[in-house]
Amino acid sequence: MTQSPAIFETIKEHLRDHNVVLYMKGTAQMPLCGFSATVVQILKKFEVSFQDFNVLQDEELRQGIKEFSDWPTIPQLYIKGEFIGGCDIVRDMFKTGEFKELLKEKGIPFNDPIS
Amino acid sequence: MSMKPDEIMHLIRQDFPDADISIKDLMGDQNHYAVVVKSKAFSGKTRVQQHQMVYKSLRGHMGTTLHAMALETVIME
Repeated sequence: MTQSPAIFETIKEHLRDHNVVLYMKGTAQMPLCGFSATVVQILKKFEVSFQDFNVLQDEELRQGIKEFSDWPTIPQLYIKGEFIGGCDIVRDMFKTGEFKELLKEKGIPFNDPIS
Repeated sequence: MSMKPDEIMHLIRQDFPDADISIKDLMGDQNHYAVVVKSKAFSGKTRVQQHQMVYKSLRGHMGTTLHAMALETVIME
């Protein structure tokens, strides 16, 4: 596990360019892992527009994002540059209603699936 | 790529001596677990920090030897 400043710069660029970023296995259209699929489903439920990055197509990104976030697994969700968590945390926040509050707080446009 | 529940328990226990730890082998394949850790050590930490603490206790196994572990952390009152 070597530190790679170049990939960190790339990641920082992603986070500057997009409000909602999901590092995942597969794509938003075709997730290739159940955990990634769960987070995609939740974002789609709220109709949040997000940028997906497929770590399976970029080994440097796959390792880099784990070091960058100090988080050992994929998927990883970022909102406005802040690391929100992986599948467990996002699912839990969805269940408790905290996810909706987070979107509001961050000023991310969304459609409430319940209302 | 698998890990016995006892090993997981042992590693987490080292960092969280006070914790209630429950480990469920979801598919009976020693590869898909649901783990709940309840500890006083989580007090005052964000959820991300709580999970990071548990992942650190697993000493690099998370995401490698241990492929799928759903984690829930609970602050012990």
